[in-house]
Amino acid sequence: MVENRPWANLIAHIVLISGVALVAFPVYVAIVASTHSLSGLLQGTLPLLPGGHGIENYTRMWQAGVSNAGAPPAALMLWNSFIMAMAITVGKLSISLLSAFAIVYFRFRFRMFFFWVIFVTLMLPVEVRIIPTFQVVADLKMLNSFAGLSIPLIASATATFLFRQFFMTIPEEMLEAARVDGAGPLKFFKDILMPLSVTNIAALFVIMFIYGWNQYLWPLIITTDPDYYTIVMGIQRMTSEENPQWQLVMAAVVMAALPPVLVILFMQRLFVKGLTETEK
Amino acid sequence: MASITLEGLKKTYSGDVHAVKGIDLQIEDGEFVVLVGPSGCGKSTLLRMVAGLETITEGTLKIGDRVVNKLEPAERDIAMVFQNYALYPHMTVYNNLAYGLKNRGFKKEDIEKRVRIAAKMLEIEDFLERKPRKLSGGQRQRVAMGRALVREPAAFLFDEPLSNLDAKLRVQMRVEIKQLQRRLKTTSLYVTHDQLEAMTLGDRLVVLNAGQIEQVGTPMEIYSHPASMFVAGFIGSPAMNMLPVDYLKAQGTNGLLDNLPDGTDVVGIRPDDMHLAPPTALHLTVDSTLALFEAAGAESHLYVTLADSDQPTVIRVSGQPPVAEGETLRFFVTRDALHPFNSVTGKRTGD
Repeated sequence: MVENRPWANLIAHIVLISGVALVAFPVYVAIVASTHSLSGLLQGTLPLLPGGHGIENYTRMWQAGVSNAGAPPAALMLWNSFIMAMAITVGKLSISLLSAFAIVYFRFRFRMFFFWVIFVTLMLPVEVRIIPTFQVVADLKMLNSFAGLSIPLIASATATFLFRQFFMTIPEEMLEAARVDGAGPLKFFKDILMPLSVTNIAALFVIMFIYGWNQYLWPLIITTDPDYYTIVMGIQRMTSEENPQWQLVMAAVVMAALPPVLVILFMQRLFVKGLTETEK
Repeated sequence: MASITLEGLKKTYSGDVHAVKGIDLQIEDGEFVVLVGPSGCGKSTLLRMVAGLETITEGTLKIGDRVVNKLEPAERDIAMVFQNYALYPHMTVYNNLAYGLKNRGFKKEDIEKRVRIAAKMLEIEDFLERKPRKLSGGQRQRVAMGRALVREPAAFLFDEPLSNLDAKLRVQMRVEIKQLQRRLKTTSLYVTHDQLEAMTLGDRLVVLNAGQIEQVGTPMEIYSHPASMFVAGFIGSPAMNMLPVDYLKAQGTNGLLDNLPDGTDVVGIRPDDMHLAPPTALHLTVDSTLALFEAAGAESHLYVTLADSDQPTVIRVSGQPPVAEGETLRFFVTRDALHPFNSVTGKRTGD
């Protein structure tokens, strides 16, 4: 579009910039706050310029944590969060890819019934089924384990549904050509469907990773052993103390926010590449 | 290399839809057979049954001496070219060609050799490292052919492979397919709704209508002796004119219509068998009014309405005759140009 309307341009920029500021300011405050000492933060006004205690705060959070608040070192919690988020993401993707594959490409009895069963579970988030799920996990002796943290969250109606929709856009001749070429169902899945789904997989990977990373309630109720605490619940524990050490909380917040950002940056390259390489 | 035998092949979909109603056909080794018919006549379904992409409800299908009714497409030793090519978009042309061979456990050197030979034959060597979306329609078509070729199968199955190409490219590819098939002598079954493709490509044509065979024969047999009014109307363009015998008799006759076979009540006349100048042989004379003149370069189509009738009729003449719309035309037809039919059965009555 070729337009020359300076006022419209100016107004558009003001709106956009204030939007960005609104979103970015809290992040900035968190980063600044993590570089001050506790006394510096409690002086009344919140400092808006970085202080000199950054390295000290981060090192302390990373290595020691806040043991009297029940928060182990951030290194451990980040690692736990990472394992849980990865297990949930990979698990969700594999299960939903396979179930979408089954629903779209196989004619079995009650196919539509199963599709609707999966679809209906979309309406049941973790929080709704949390008590029975806890009971089951406890009976299976999976409390305080990575299996217990991730397996109950793996089934995903959203991803199954999205993959189903995508598979249905792939022309039927592709399957037929593969059959004539001697590819069985699994080979077709591995050689044709998977490579064609790369873009979708990358996009869902990001969404699922963030979903897993941000899990709060579930890890909170099934872990009692600090070895399995995740970063998100660790932050919560630190803030619910009587005199929270805000500079450490903020350091933990900044560290907790980084991995999802890195995942997005890394995956973005992949799905932009995917988008430009597989049209038609 | 193998013959294909179809015995009483039927396809019934749930809900009592009979797509293919009993086809008997013998395709000889190395023969090029074209299945032709209007859309919905079951020709594609029949081809897909041979390919193994549709199950066979009833009947026997043999490729060579093997009954293949229950075999997977890959086990039938056939290769298929799809209408929309169905190339794998994420693979290079080379891998598209090699995929079927890889799945069959060929050695790397053999695959390489076969792909090179096929690519050379189809002149796609320069594109081997490209992805299909970087190719034009004609090049994709060649890749799709190549994918069938590398396998050296017992039979090629073509499902309207040229219908996505523009007119010029279609003619060119048609010629190439014909030459290729001549050279390789691989049994081929080709589905099309385009009668020109059918006439020029096939050693034999199978004209299908509503799931049944109307006529099987060489293109010229079918053109000069259509077995039914359907075939007569379907093969040949513009379509054959159908005139009731009673009408022609009322126009004055000279005994030419007296010795038509029993049961004839309609005669078919090809547009190019209606002459504007009287021939020396015994002939019929019909008067008409020129409703529309269509110049098509080397030939012209005259759309006329017959005198005392509203029967639309087409005449094809070469060049551009000096006629004007609205003018009364007299045309002449000889006995050997008449195709006698019975309008109730729709069949040819004799000759």
